[in-house]
Amino acid sequence: MEGWALLSLVIWLPIIGGLIVLVAGDKLSRPAALIFSVITFLVSIPLWTGFDPTSYQMQFEEKHTWISSFNMFYHLGVDGISMPLLLLNTFITVLIVIAGWEVIKKKPAQYMAAFLIMEGIINGVFAAQDAMLFYIFFEAMLIPMFLVIGVWGGVNRVYATIKFFLYTFFGSVFMLVSLLYMYNKSGSFAIADFYNLKLGMTAQVLIFLSFLIAFGVKVPMWPVHTWLPDAHVEAPTGGSVILAAIMLKIGGYGFLRFSLPMVPDAARELTWLVVFMSLTAVVYIGFVALVQKDMKKLVAYSSIAHMGFVTLGFFLVYAIYRNTGSYEGSVLAMQGGMVQMVSHGFISGAMFLCIGVLYDRMHTREISAYGGVANTMPIFTAFFVLFAMANTGLPGTSGFVGEFMVILASFKASFWIAFLAATTLIVGAAYTLWLVKRVLFGGVANEEVALLQDVNKREFLFLAVLALAVLLLGLWPQPLTHVMGASIQHIVELATQSKLPGVN
Amino acid sequence: MEKIYLAIPLAPLLGAIVAGLFGGKIGRKAAHAVTITGVAVACILSFVVLKHIAIDGNTYNGNVYTWAAVEGIHFNVGFLIDNLTAMMMVVVTFVSLMVHIYTIGYMEHDEENWPEDSLVGRNSYQRFFSYISLFTFSMLMLVMSNNFMQLFFGWEAVGLVSYLLIGFWSTRNTAIYANMKAFLVNRVGDFGFLLGIATVLMYFGSMQYSEVFAKASEVAGKTMSISGTTEWSVITVACILLFVGAMGKSAQVPLHVWLPDSMEGPTPISALIHAATMVTAGIFMVARMSPLFELSTTALSVVLIIGSITAFFMGLIGIVQNDIKRVVAYSTLSQLGYMTVALGASAYGAAVFHLMTHAFFKALLFLAAGSVIIAMHHEQDMRKMGGLKKYMPITYWTSLIGSLALIGFPGFSGFFSKDLIIEAVHETHIPGATFAYWMVLLGVFITAFYSFRMFFLVFHGEERMDHHTKEHLKESPWVVTVPLIALAIPAVISGYLLDPMVLGDFFKGVIKGVGEEESLITEMAHHYHGIMPFILHGLTAPPFWLAMTGLVSAWFIYMKQPGIADWFYNRFHWLHTLLENKYFVDDFNQKVFAGGAVLLGKVLWKAGDRFLIDDSVVNDSAKFVGKLSGWSRYLQTGYMYHYAMSMIVGVLALIGWVIYKAG
Repeated sequence: MEGWALLSLVIWLPIIGGLIVLVAGDKLSRPAALIFSVITFLVSIPLWTGFDPTSYQMQFEEKHTWISSFNMFYHLGVDGISMPLLLLNTFITVLIVIAGWEVIKKKPAQYMAAFLIMEGIINGVFAAQDAMLFYIFFEAMLIPMFLVIGVWGGVNRVYATIKFFLYTFFGSVFMLVSLLYMYNKSGSFAIADFYNLKLGMTAQVLIFLSFLIAFGVKVPMWPVHTWLPDAHVEAPTGGSVILAAIMLKIGGYGFLRFSLPMVPDAARELTWLVVFMSLTAVVYIGFVALVQKDMKKLVAYSSIAHMGFVTLGFFLVYAIYRNTGSYEGSVLAMQGGMVQMVSHGFISGAMFLCIGVLYDRMHTREISAYGGVANTMPIFTAFFVLFAMANTGLPGTSGFVGEFMVILASFKASFWIAFLAATTLIVGAAYTLWLVKRVLFGGVANEEVALLQDVNKREFLFLAVLALAVLLLGLWPQPLTHVMGASIQHIVELATQSKLPGVN
Repeated sequence: MEKIYLAIPLAPLLGAIVAGLFGGKIGRKAAHAVTITGVAVACILSFVVLKHIAIDGNTYNGNVYTWAAVEGIHFNVGFLIDNLTAMMMVVVTFVSLMVHIYTIGYMEHDEENWPEDSLVGRNSYQRFFSYISLFTFSMLMLVMSNNFMQLFFGWEAVGLVSYLLIGFWSTRNTAIYANMKAFLVNRVGDFGFLLGIATVLMYFGSMQYSEVFAKASEVAGKTMSISGTTEWSVITVACILLFVGAMGKSAQVPLHVWLPDSMEGPTPISALIHAATMVTAGIFMVARMSPLFELSTTALSVVLIIGSITAFFMGLIGIVQNDIKRVVAYSTLSQLGYMTVALGASAYGAAVFHLMTHAFFKALLFLAAGSVIIAMHHEQDMRKMGGLKKYMPITYWTSLIGSLALIGFPGFSGFFSKDLIIEAVHETHIPGATFAYWMVLLGVFITAFYSFRMFFLVFHGEERMDHHTKEHLKESPWVVTVPLIALAIPAVISGYLLDPMVLGDFFKGVIKGVGEEESLITEMAHHYHGIMPFILHGLTAPPFWLAMTGLVSAWFIYMKQPGIADWFYNRFHWLHTLLENKYFVDDFNQKVFAGGAVLLGKVLWKAGDRFLIDDSVVNDSAKFVGKLSGWSRYLQTGYMYHYAMSMIVGVLALIGWVIYKAG
């Protein structure tokens, strides 16, 4: 597949496809969107099959001059970290098109187009090797999401969109300043050049904090997470799925691609802050999820708690060294964080799709409006229970893998970090199973529940595909961990080398 | 042999998948046929493996596939097949097979348990078979594992199936409360268990049993600090954390609360999961980890004390229960306590031996209780039974065998295993042994008392059921009685395996201490002079007389002089209240832990997320920007006189300032 410019294809194909869908009109828009999303997914598969997992180098690289006076390049490439996330994106988008098939009645062409364009932009985020290119994709992705929530959203969509936009935009402005600063120092926007840039401690700390705000809002980390529940509640199902499954991952990805390798000394100094924020997300948010009355809010809070494992896993490296005097365990922690990202993409996507299935029938997300759904929707119930179990981290499902690895590794950092992280076993199970109990089990609660129809073929299709993904990754994560191995090893190496001037 | 090892768990899994996914299409008969075939294959092959391992003297330790390999740590799926595993495999698959067959009869009219229009109740029969086969698979994965990761997989998978089965009748509120409770309490145990596994990985650097055990003596001297400057022995910390997991799964105080409530599930699974197999997973695990536990007297002492508290105090609650299944459930708790005590006394072989005999006689007792429940049209209150002996002869005689085995009547299996445990506690010098000895000794009386209280109330005396029920009373069909008989046989004879299994070297090289100098078991083996002297000695020992006293008291109080029970009830009302409310542990948990968690969640949400973050910072900063721009708007109102006015004010101020400066 050499010379095929695969990465450009997976970026521009869906964007052009989106424009075509836009002009194709409402009737043709659905099949057209399906065709484009499937082709994009198929095109992205060679990225996996042709990937060399023994190398941490960027692969499938493309490099063209973009703006020569600023030394900017249209530079693309993927490594073992970005490639799985890119595939997750192309995979989930197909499901979103299927999920929105009959459900979206208002302006379906625009809806489908927004998602296709968003797919292309997010692929660009993962593939960009030039910081400015990354930044542009990073910001551009807000626009289709803003529209998706604003146009197809719920009653309070205006408050939610503004909050979403300002929150995330606020974060990324600081990142832009940091990127410009590093450009001034190095004369280049290449991410790889930033890795080699020597920086003083003050500069590192400021840059680190700006990244922390930018990516922390995206993840989202406590205490900058409050936009997420609102955005989820107002977003249409597809919007929630992309938000949870893909967009949050960009925050985690940013930490790996930017924070750890570019400003490792600041990361070492401030690791306590990130660990503290992550553990707060795991524990505090777990309890908050417990008392939610709205299903989507509950799952949104659960997302924040699960993403806490991601950031915890990424930043354990320094704490492990401090405790044991060796970096052994850091790769396990980081792998765990990465697996957790991919797994959370499947599980949270599936959970939001399940809630969408219920919402399409009952037009409410209030938990108290349900009860005994199992009696009328047994197939749906089987899926929901499976995903709920995956959400509680049951072994054999993908939800287990990442949490297991992170908890095992965190023990090397400190008994108490592991202790607090492991409380998710109890709290995570509590809020998830309580939801399951109140919604699915029991006698038929009311007339509306009595009239519910079980999933149709289309719904069965996307739930079954996700169920397979959840089980496959849970029973055999080795292919994924193998593909990421070399790249993560490399990130650990970069993150553990001091970049203060005068060292080396 | 590798293929056989693989086939044993996969056969029930296949049955479960077929019955679970296609149950509606293939119908009831095909569903039970396919699952029973799967388990039967597993059972037969398990016997083949037992011969290959135990008699021909082989062991196997190999991996099936690498689940993940990170940083040189290999997370494998693989099997360790030695005498302990082979024995567990036979027990699990045999009891499971019996329960599968029994289920045909027990669940025959399950549609009556569901609301008419409930779709989930439509294929409930097939679904039930799918679940119990899935359970068999999970349990086999647990016992056959050769590493901690797969152990944890099996551990949680049996928990999942237990969850699904306790809440099987999902339209019943009590059932879906009980299953959530069971899962969450087990998760508290798993929380400790996972931290235990993490401790092992950190200090041993491997997940494989063989590598961990090989390094045990090397790690024995290491210490770690958890808080402050106190140094803890690594092995002690690891063992106690692992044991917390066992406390959840094997329902030891204070994590026992889920087991009585689990009786909400259909009776076959109470027999299989909540008596014979799953709840003994914790016992099995500690026995498997004996090379680690042997190195920590502190951990053993904890195990001993927790076990003895469970053995005595849970048995005591059994006395006041009126639900036939709950009596058996509390009896299970108490017997699990006995096993735990044996572990704590480092008589792991005795614990595993009691695990085996208990699996047979307790499964038998549960299935017999189920047979009674079928005959009584799903009435479980013993106060509405009585005199069933003449209607249900097979159930009666098999129940008698089960009860005698339970109370440790000489010659029945429970006698051998329980006597060994009491003997072991008597001999051991682990701190807390004296306390434990008295607990298990008094427990013998209690066991006999509640067992025969139940036995007499159900099978003898006045017939207290209503007229309609009485008319339909009859012995259960053969699918029910055959498993009863098939379980009654090992409930008697399995005790005679005492010589090779515990005092012999069946577990040599598997369980720590067997065949080694200066170990408790070796000590006990010296006192052993054959099976007949053992029985004769038993007839003169205190446990036998305590059991007899319990049996006779039950007979006297419930058959001869019912007034005594009433007198006792009135005289010791507080004790009855205490027992009836299960020492108020449930109420405490409900108020403090469940209530506390919800309250904490509300506070964090309203005060933290909403007030502090959203209202104060996010929305207020938005409002602040709004206000700021409101003020700045006055700077450019567009009215000429505003500008003129501000110019005048500005000029005046300037002049004033100049005059002030000059002055």
